[in-house]
Order: sequence, then C-alpha cells, then structure tokens
Amino acid sequence: MTSFVKPKIRRSNEPLNELGLARADYEGNMSTLCAGCGHDSVTAAIVRAFYELSIPPHRALKISGIGCSSKTTSYFMNDSHGANTVHGRMPSFATGALSANNDLATIGISGDGDSLSIGLGQMAHAMRRNVNMLYMLENNGVYGLTKGQFSASADFGSLPKKGDPNEFSPIDPVAFALSVGATFIARSFSGDRKQLVSLIKAGLKHKGFAIIDVISPCVSFNDHKGSTKSYAHTYEFYSKAVHADYIAPSQEIVAAYDEGEVMPVELHDGGYIQLRKIDNSYDPTDRGAAFNRVMASDNANEILTGLLYIDESQPDLHRTQNMETRPLNEIPYTELNPGAEALSALQSEFR
Amino acid sequence: MKPTDTGNPDYFHKVVDCQWACPAHTPVPNYIRLIAQGRYSDAYMVNRASNVFPGVLGRVCDRPCEPACRRTRVEEKPVAICRLKRVAADHRDDIRDRLPKKPAQTNGKKIALIGAGPASFTVANDLAPLGYECTIFEKLDKPGGLMRSNIPAFRLPEDVLMDELGYILDMGVELKLGTPVESMSALLKEGYDAVFVGTGAPKGKDLGLPGRDECQDNIHIGINWLEEVAFEHTDKIGEKVLIIGVGNTAMDCCRTSLRLGASDVKVMARKPRAFFKASDWELEDAEEENVEILVNHSPKAFVHENGKLTGMLFERMEYDLDEAGRITDQRVVGEEMIPCDDVILAIGQENAFPWIEAEAGIEFDKWSVPVVDKVTHESTRKGVFFGGDSAFGPLNIIWAVEHGHQAAISIHNHCRGLPLTDRLPDQINLASAKMGMAEWRYSNAFDDAPRRKMEHVELVERFKKIDTEVELGFSAEQIATEVQRCLNCDVHTVFEAPLCEECDACIDVCPVECLSITPNAESEADLRAALSASDPTVDQDLFVSSALPLTGRVMIKDENICLHCGLCAERCPTSAWDMKEGVIKIHHAADQLEPTEA
Ligand SMILES: Cc1cc2nc3c(=O)[nH]c(=O)nc-3n(C[C@H](O)[C@H](O)[C@H](O)COP(=O)(O)OP(=O)(O)OC[C@H]3O[C@@H](n4cnc5c(N)ncnc54)[C@H](O)[C@@H]3O)c2cc1C
Ligand SMILES: Cc1ncc(C[n+]2csc(CCOP(=O)(O)OP(=O)(O)O)c2C)c(N)n1
Ligand code: SF4
Ligand code: SF4
Ligand code: SF4
Ligand SMILES: [Mg+2]
Repeated sequence: MTSFVKPKIRRSNEPLNELGLARADYEGNMSTLCAGCGHDSVTAAIVRAFYELSIPPHRALKISGIGCSSKTTSYFMNDSHGANTVHGRMPSFATGALSANNDLATIGISGDGDSLSIGLGQMAHAMRRNVNMLYMLENNGVYGLTKGQFSASADFGSLPKKGDPNEFSPIDPVAFALSVGATFIARSFSGDRKQLVSLIKAGLKHKGFAIIDVISPCVSFNDHKGSTKSYAHTYEFYSKAVHADYIAPSQEIVAAYDEGEVMPVELHDGGYIQLRKIDNSYDPTDRGAAFNRVMASDNANEILTGLLYIDESQPDLHRTQNMETRPLNEIPYTELNPGAEALSALQSEFR
Repeated sequence: MKPTDTGNPDYFHKVVDCQWACPAHTPVPNYIRLIAQGRYSDAYMVNRASNVFPGVLGRVCDRPCEPACRRTRVEEKPVAICRLKRVAADHRDDIRDRLPKKPAQTNGKKIALIGAGPASFTVANDLAPLGYECTIFEKLDKPGGLMRSNIPAFRLPEDVLMDELGYILDMGVELKLGTPVESMSALLKEGYDAVFVGTGAPKGKDLGLPGRDECQDNIHIGINWLEEVAFEHTDKIGEKVLIIGVGNTAMDCCRTSLRLGASDVKVMARKPRAFFKASDWELEDAEEENVEILVNHSPKAFVHENGKLTGMLFERMEYDLDEAGRITDQRVVGEEMIPCDDVILAIGQENAFPWIEAEAGIEFDKWSVPVVDKVTHESTRKGVFFGGDSAFGPLNIIWAVEHGHQAAISIHNHCRGLPLTDRLPDQINLASAKMGMAEWRYSNAFDDAPRRKMEHVELVERFKKIDTEVELGFSAEQIATEVQRCLNCDVHTVFEAPLCEECDACIDVCPVECLSITPNAESEADLRAALSASDPTVDQDLFVSSALPLTGRVMIKDENICLHCGLCAERCPTSAWDMKEGVIKIHHAADQLEPTEA
C-alpha cells in the first residue's frame, strides 16, 4: 500500500523532555499543505519549541483565522485546545478565550492576508491591548489558499507568477506593531529553524502581546524569480540583528558569547530572555531606535531578523483590566453564579 | 567532510542490511515484494540466482540476515526473512523450464568436484551450463553432504533437498556416489582442468576424559551418530541421554535422541547462556520439546560399571563477568554426577585431509586448514580450489554456496587462461519508484504488525516418526502480514543537492528524524551532532551531500534508522529527494566477460 501518513515510531534512544514526552508527541495531523510550503517548517519549529519548554499539550491554546497558514493549527499538538475561527477574526477570539482562562500558553496562527488585509483592525487592537499571546504571522506575500493573489505584505514591484508587478505599498508588520504598541516584536524565516525556535520560546514566555513576522515562502504561488518572498530571495537578503534565547528560571545566564554583546531581560516568571546583539549599536529596548533601524533596513532591501523590540514593563490586558486571575472553569459554581438575589443587589447599585 | 560517493555500489548495498549480511547477497526485499504480489515462482528464481537452494535455506539457513534486519531498529523482532524464503519455495510452480539446460555441446574442459555438499553443487550449478564437464565424487551413497547426513529430516525433508540437487544434476552434472577420493595425487594425474575440494570438515571432536575408552559403545561423536541415524544404521538410544556442547549440532542431537526413544535428554553447557553457540531459534525449538539445558557444568569423567556407562561426572563452575559480559575469572565450586545411558559429544568439527599427500603441493597451516586465497579460493597449487567447510573450517550452508560461486568464477577464469583476479565488480542500477502524487511502486506504509509465529506440529505427533517435519510453513494470512513488515530497504533515498531549496520539508516529515541540513564540519561526529538520536556505534554510514545551492550548507542523513517510508521524497517540492529501487548486480561465473582478442 502506498501511504502518506507519518507513522508514530518511538526510537530506543529518542530524547525526551521534562514531562517524558518526545518531540513527536507534540505533532498533529499530517499536513495537507503543498510539499515544501514554508508554513510546514514553522509548524515544525512550533512543535520543537513547545516540546523544549515542556509545556503540557493540554495546557495550550492554538487558534487561527483562515488561510493555508491558519490551517496549520491542525498539524501540531493534537491534544491542545483550539479553533479555526473566521477570516481575520482570530485576535478577538483569542482575547475572549484568554479572558476566560489566562493560564493557557496561547499561540495564534495567521497569514499576511488574514492579518494585514482583512484582519488588520483586529490585529491592531489585540496589540494595543497587549493581549498575552504569541501571534505567528506566516508571511508569504500572497493569499496562498485562494491561489496566490498579492496580499498587503507584497513588496512594491514584486513580480507575480503571471501578470504585472505589485503596484501598492506593503504593510510591514514589524513597523506596524511598533507603532501600535506590541511589546515583543520579532522577525524570522521558516528556513532558520534555530532562530525561529528560540524566538517562539521567548515569545511564549513573554507576558503580553508577542508577534513574530515569519517569512514563510509559498512554493506554489510566490517562489519564482522576481518574487521578494521566495526561498532564494530570503536566503540572499537575510540579516540577523539580535538573537534571543529563553533562559528558564532554573538555568544560569551565560555571560559571554563569541558574537555580540549579551543583554538579559528579566521575565515575569523569573526567567530571562537573553539578547545577543550582533550589531552592538542596536538597542532592542528602545522603541524609537528600533523603528529607525527597521525603516533603514526596509530601505536597504535587507530582511532584518531577530528580536527587534521588547518591553517587559507593560501590564497585559488581564492586569490592566483587573480581571479574575483564576480560570473561570476552576471557580466554584456558586461563586460564578451567586444567584438571583446577588444579581438584583448588583443591579440595584446601578439604579 | 567530503560528499558521500553514492556511485560506489557498496554504499546503497550496505543500506540493505539483510542483503549486505547475507554471504551470497540474496536480494531479500526484492523477493519479499514478489511474494507480496503472489509471484512465488519469480521469488524463488530471484532467490535461486543468489543462494541456489531456496527450499533448503528457507528451512535451515543460519540466517545472518535476520539479526541484521533494519526492522529491529524500531521493534523487537526482525522480518521472518528465512520463513518467507520457504514460502517462495513451497508455493512455486514447476520451474524446471526456467533453469539452464544441459548444453548441447560441452566446452571440453573437465572439472573434478570432491564431495557432494552444497559447495560442490554450487560450483556445478554455475559451471555446467557454460559447457564444463563436471564430475562430483562422493564418499557416501547419497548426495547433499551434511545437509543429507547430519541435518535431521524433521528440519529438512529429504525430498526438498533432492528436488534442488536434482535441478543441478539435470544440467548434465555427473555424480559418482560411493566413490571416495583416496589420493589427491592420483586424481591430479587424471587430467582434470581444475579440481574443487568441497569435502567439508568431517572430523567430529572427541573428549579424552577418564573412562572414555572403557565404555566406547555408549559414547558417540555427534556428527557421526547423526549420520548413522540419517542412513538408518542406528535407530535407538538409551532412555537418559546427555549431550555435551551447546552448539547447533548439540540441538540436532538432543532432538534426534527424543525421536529414537530417549525420554530424559539433558544438554550440558560449560558456560552461561550468553555464551551458547546455538542460534536462539534452535534453542527455543529444543526447549519446546522439553530438552533441559544445564549451564555451568564442565565434564570431568565418564562414570562406568562393569564396562557399561552409568553417568558422567561434572565440575560445577562459577564465573565472574565484567560489564561487557566477558568472563574475567572462573572457579570450580563443586562436583555433580549425572546418571545417563548414553553420551553424545557435540563439541565441534575439524578439517581432515588424510587423502591429500604432501607431494600434491597443497600447503596446510598448523591447524591442518589448507592455505586458501580468500577471494579466489585457490590453494597453493594452481588449479586446485577449496570451498565450503573444507576451506576455512566449519561455517554453514549459505557460506558454502557463496564459496562455490566465487570458486566457479576462478575456475572459469583459470580454464580460459585469465588472471583469477579479473572479476567483474558489483554494479548498482537505480530506477525511480515514483508513480505519481503519493503513489509509489512499493508499499511504503509502515505496518506495525509484530512478527508472525511459525506453527509447529503438536508434540505428540512429531515424535511418532523421525522424519515428520516440525515446522508447518506460513498460512496465507501469515504471509500477507509478514511481507508488509519488510521496510523495502532497497528502495533508496537518493538526493540531488543542486535541486534542494532548503525548505526543510523532508527533515520535518521524517518520522525518525534522520535528516538534517547543517553547516559542513570537519568530522563525522560534529555532523552527527545535528541529528537528534544518531547512534554512531551502529555500522551504518552518514550520508553527506555536496554543498547546497542557496546557503552552502549540507544535507546529512543517518542511514541507520531510515525506514524507507518515502515521506521525504513525497514532501520534497523539487524532487531533490527521490526513492529509487536499487538492483545490485552481483556477478557469477556466467556473467564474466569473454576475453577480448588482442
Ligand atoms: C549437525 C549439523 C547441523 C547443521 N545444521 C545446519 C543448519 O541448520 N544450517 C546451516 O546453514 N548449516 C548447518 N550445518 C553446517 C552445514 O551443514 C555445513 O556448513 C555445510 O554442509 C558445508 O557444506 P560443504 O559443501 O562444505 O561440505 P559438506 O556438506 O560437509 O559435504 C562434504 C561432502 O564431502 C564428502 N567427502 C568428504 N571427504 C570425501 C572424499 N575424500 N571423497 C569424496 N567425498 C568426500 C562427504 O561425505 C560429504 O558428503 C550443520 C552442520 C552439522 C554438523
Ligand atoms: C470573509 C472571507 N473573505 C475571503 C475569504 C477567502 N480567503 C480565504 S483564505 C484568504 C487569504 C489567506 O491569505 P493568508 O492569510 O496570507 O494565508 P496563506 O494562505 O497565504 O497562508 C482569502 C482571501 C474567506 N475565506 N473569508
Ligand atoms: S498554496 Fe502556498 S501557502 Fe498554501 S500550502 Fe501551497 S505553498 Fe503553502
Ligand atoms: S526490513 Fe526488509 S529489506 Fe530491510 S533489512 Fe529487514 S528484510 Fe531486509
Ligand atoms: S525515507 Fe525519508 S522520511 Fe522516511 S525514514 Fe527515510 S529519510 Fe526519513
Ligand atoms: Mg499569505
């Protein structure tokens, strides 16, 4: 029989994480994306990051909108909570879910079409409210699922497979996020597994809105010569500014590295994000400097990657709104629903 | 590191663990696929081209392929390779019209083959169709060597053996039974163009302990005794029998004793179980028949009364083992007398050539083993070749067959005046197995079925007659399941570095994480560090590609744990990975080139 199902196989010397789970235990259904799609690589990086952080799959929430990228929530962590929502509406679903239970490690998956075209307004508000989630924007410059129309991230002048070059100015998700107040802003590439895994781990541990703009080529509709989101173009213009490694509370910070200066940023859980700057003049905690640097590399056609901006000091939505810290499903029913009398007492306060 | 040279036929051959481990390099996955398609005769012919005796070997082969089988990397038990070989033999049609015929004319060259065992028969099989006049001289009245005289009929029925010997005799081979060669010098004067010695290792070892000479009648040399039983010169044994030694001969002796009327059979081993020479399956089969195996008993003396054996005295041993399980020290902790009526000695075989005179010009080493070239099988006398157990001491049937193939090439060259070392090297042909999207011309699905268990004749039934074959063969259901357990290791992952886009799709889809893209490094260990669970202690290579076009990194693959599931090739957008069926061409005498005219 020919088969296209990945068999589950335990190897005798397979590495296991703190929970005794193997990497394969964080996988999901077999991907139905095109062979070679960057989104599958991003999925693999997500799997590795959750595995390495030893997050119990049933303590994670994965949500998405619509698109090839948004389909990928099926391809990792079968045992997690999640939903495919409406096109561009994942941020409000996430906001609601996190209000009900802010104990879940939350990852939102979206595409450039889902986020920057139809969903731009939704994404902007989740950012400015600092919703505590990791938002993966799998960026291929096109609407892959609907056969490759340019999206709002397509670069000016980028060539489609057939037809005229793109005539509109692109939205840079990183510059956009800087302007509306996201507190963890990174860019990466599906082909740089090492960097991407570290960023996902750091982003999951950041308390507040973390976005990773991942260049994730669409092999079917945007991987040709003249495209600025192809594998070849991305490998060619790729540049790394800042590494970010998550250091768990139990681990020690390494003081020196071969490359770049080290700068630890303390996290709410007592761990650190250790920044390793490749370019010493760059300060990823200075929003103005980050903005200038991002603009400069946009102009230079450079794909600037790494953790480009971080601010751990801002409270997340849950804290600013003083919301219940316990997950609603853990609160005793009598407390959740104190009865008709309590309701009328409350109502009378507003009369 | 330098890119791997996959053009070397040994590279992909080694990946097919079973074929690489088989002395005759039988293309196992190839015949298993034919069985899966119900093409039993084709499967038989594929086997026969390599191992000549599929019916025999499908029952009694030593199966070096099975411990090597890749399946054991992902579960406990290997594919039942040997039993599937028997399936091909059991279900074949009459294949005689597919065999080479006796040539209309001979080439006038005469070859003497001494001993009618598997080695000589293989030489005849390879040379007779080419026109050689082959004559086999055999001391005994029946052909087959130890396959006939020592391997009991309850493991190997006589008709199975005779069918396969018959195929070769039908090619025009002359068989002279009851004709021992008593003088090599005399034979050499008879004008043969070449002589092949396939006389085996016929001398069973004796045990010179006190009491040995006083009770001759009840102490037997294992291989001689089995031969007497096979030729019906012996048909009884005492009730209590002790077998000394715990190799494969011992297993045949104990099981044969049970069939001649013994009711209490003990196999006496000097060392602990880990040191037993017998294969696991032979031990299992004997224990299933309630043979008791006693460890740590070292023979000390034969005990007798009035010239009759009454028992044997043993020293009880104790051993100290190191971490690797090696014996570091031993001591005697007591003595034990075990009563018995007969003792069978199964402690090894040796070469013996009393009929080869010194003036024949054939050198022997200090253990009386002839000095024989490992590749050409020629002795120190030109034109005289050795193979099978006679060449390098006792081995097994499949080695005897391989020696026969190699000796046949040498004899063919010798008779044509070509250097014996002019042998065609192996070749490999690779052909894509892709049929379309998610469609391969092999079954790439991983089936997690455990190994099928061979059914045996019930205990009471099997002791009624000495030649009742114990193993029943696989049922249709067992065949259908067992063939799917094979991983098709000969369908190779072939990588074209210039096509790779470095999208990582193959790496992510691989169920055993055996791929990685990584910067090239100086040492293999550094490259292996990029893989999650690479085990460099296993004798499988690390594939290293040439530099990839976009980043100059390299693709690496740990050949050890690949399941040949084809998902990497299925997932690759540019077909940089493809699954290609590799056919390894192993040349026999008939394939050798004709000399080119100068
Ligand atoms: C009890 C026992 C069980 C075994 N079980 C297995 C098994 O299950 N699987 C396996 O693979 N192997 C097994 N073997 C080993 C296997 O049988 C031998 O390795 C194999 O038969 C060797 O083949 P051969 O052609 O070299 O010689 P042999 O099979 O030994 O044949 C040599 C022949 O030469 C004849 N001969 C000897 N001297 C002369 C002479 N001067 N003139 C004429 N003829 C002569 C002998 O009579 C004999 O017929 C077993 C061996 C023994 C003893
Ligand atoms: C409301 C609505 N409008 C339009 C569509 C059609 N549609 C489906 S996916 C998609 C674009 C997806 O693009 P992107 O988010 O970049 O995902 P990709 O497939 O490129 O990963 C569109 C326009 C839809 N499903 N729903
Ligand atoms: S269409 Fe593009 S984005 Fe969608 S699965 Fe195929 S390669 Fe990936
Ligand atoms: S799985 Fe099949 S091809 Fe691979 S070693 Fe085992 S029998 Fe041979
Ligand atoms: S065939 Fe490919 S995907 Fe399958 S195990 Fe081997 S390397 Fe991995
Ligand atoms: Mg897109």
